[in-house]
Amino acid sequence: MPDVKGMDHRAVNAFLRGTDGDCTLTGCCGQRFIAAGMSGKHIRIEGVPGNALGAYLNGGTITVMGNAQDAVGDTMNAGRIVVHGSIGDAAGYAMRGGEIFVRGDAGYRAGIHMKAYREKSPLLVIGGTAGSFLGEYQAGGTIIVLGLDSDKKIVSFFPCTGMHGGKMFLRSDCRDIAFPSQVTARAADDTDRADLRKHLHDYCAVFGLDPKDVLDTPFTVVTPDSSNPYQQMYVAN
Amino acid sequence: MTPKEGQVRIPSGCAIAAVISREGNRMTGERIIEAMKPMHDRSNGLGGGFAAYGIYPEYRDFYALHFFFDSRDTRKTCEAYLKERFEIYKAERIPTRKLPQITDEPMIWRYFVAPLQSVLRDLQLDEKEFVVRTVMHINTSMKGAYIFSSGKNMGTFKAVGFPEDVGVYYRLDEYEGYAWTAHGRYPTNTPGWWGGAHPFTLLDYSVVHNGEISSYDANRRYIEMFGYKCTLQTDTEVITYILDYLIRRQELTLSEAASVIAAPFWSTIEGKTDLEDKRKHIYLRTLFPSLLITGPFSIVLGFDGGLMALNDRLKLRSMVVGEKDDKVFVASEEAAIRVMEPDAGNLYAPAGGEPVIIRVKEGAY
Repeated sequence: MPDVKGMDHRAVNAFLRGTDGDCTLTGCCGQRFIAAGMSGKHIRIEGVPGNALGAYLNGGTITVMGNAQDAVGDTMNAGRIVVHGSIGDAAGYAMRGGEIFVRGDAGYRAGIHMKAYREKSPLLVIGGTAGSFLGEYQAGGTIIVLGLDSDKKIVSFFPCTGMHGGKMFLRSDCRDIAFPSQVTARAADDTDRADLRKHLHDYCAVFGLDPKDVLDTPFTVVTPDSSNPYQQMYVAN
Repeated sequence: MTPKEGQVRIPSGCAIAAVISREGNRMTGERIIEAMKPMHDRSNGLGGGFAAYGIYPEYRDFYALHFFFDSRDTRKTCEAYLKERFEIYKAERIPTRKLPQITDEPMIWRYFVAPLQSVLRDLQLDEKEFVVRTVMHINTSMKGAYIFSSGKNMGTFKAVGFPEDVGVYYRLDEYEGYAWTAHGRYPTNTPGWWGGAHPFTLLDYSVVHNGEISSYDANRRYIEMFGYKCTLQTDTEVITYILDYLIRRQELTLSEAASVIAAPFWSTIEGKTDLEDKRKHIYLRTLFPSLLITGPFSIVLGFDGGLMALNDRLKLRSMVVGEKDDKVFVASEEAAIRVMEPDAGNLYAPAGGEPVIIRVKEGAY
């Protein structure tokens, strides 16, 4: 259980590459790129990990006991990142597989340019509220925002700007939210709820929440109107 | 010869941090230097700097002019110019420590001065405007001399290097201030010279900035109509002059100034239900359209008695705020706040365009 206080990010990652299986880092303070590109590790982090935690992550789990900073899970491909606190801006930036579970709030641009590929479909779940530009340019995957224990608006300004794929679930009737014209926001029906139950199963287990409490309230589902909104912008494609 | 800043433009990650005591308790610079260490990789060694408020209480009635000179002759010429306009209460080298990391030092001096009343009367200028004009004149016309700090009871300390080395170089552990700001630079548009490091200052206003504004030329053309001269092609300089113009000359409040430079979208203004607030935003956007700053920025403005932190309206840069007891902390990353105060609470990331204004209680600074 190494204390990584004062170590730079190269040293931290060199240490992680040398371990197999479980590992706890304590005294973490701003080291970037922790576990970047790694797979098969189970890493627990105490302290504040730096930006781009789990970038290109390719499997295994990372659990952050407190807050995480910006660009968590940037372009991750597989695995799971759990954040018990809140998360900075651009969480899950361009991720195309795996899961990010956040208990607290997310900053701006959560899920920006998330995508999906064949059997890959990423999942980002935010327990609190999300900042502006949630799901900006979302191209695939699923974003869920729960707004638990919060009286703030579930998402701030300009959600779904440029969204053209994937799906978003917001635990609110969203009467106070303005969506852009290229997406459709509607109340969740039974099929959607079955989907949600499946998506939230592990999330609720990880944070000790009762799925009934989480699900027993209106949800809004947001999807783009077209999977290829730029079809005729330049050439037919 | 390597081109100096202002002579070339190369098309920024940066790091900022700040701490202030609302009670006016003074702290040495050690804590803010530590805060820059976990953010080391945000800068590239081409600029680091600090602004400190409340550090010269024994000279509080004098403007503290910090100078870079390229030679003794330049200094002599400049001193002669100053003597005709100011009473020079004290002139000295700014103490530094020799460090292998900091090289190519200019001559670094400070002057505690008071404008001569006779000169002010002749020119019919108030004291602050006179100091501003002197700074502009020296920085644009006196080759080899550059004033990088000109406020009262505050000072800026900056150099080419990593911020944690710059802080040690300037012996900031020996100063005590009620507020500190810091910057680590990753210059993207200019080659990186001592004068181009942050903070940028004018009078007691200082700005540290992480970002890369895209409205630089539009802002510069507008602000230069009012006698400001942007000499360094760096966007932070223009932000500093805009804030001086809006706050000192137009007498806007800090939050009004924030609404001008990080104005909400028209659609956001349109949706406001507080009609008074809506009217105010329409008024400010209509009156100062050329002072809207677009592109990414997170800044901390230091001023006599307080700090204001602000993000661009799209929040294209990160910024976190936390507090503990009488202290408020601001930084690009939470890690930097944790270094200054492991138990900082009420941590939050202000929204784009939402100013965070912290003032020291009246009479405590």
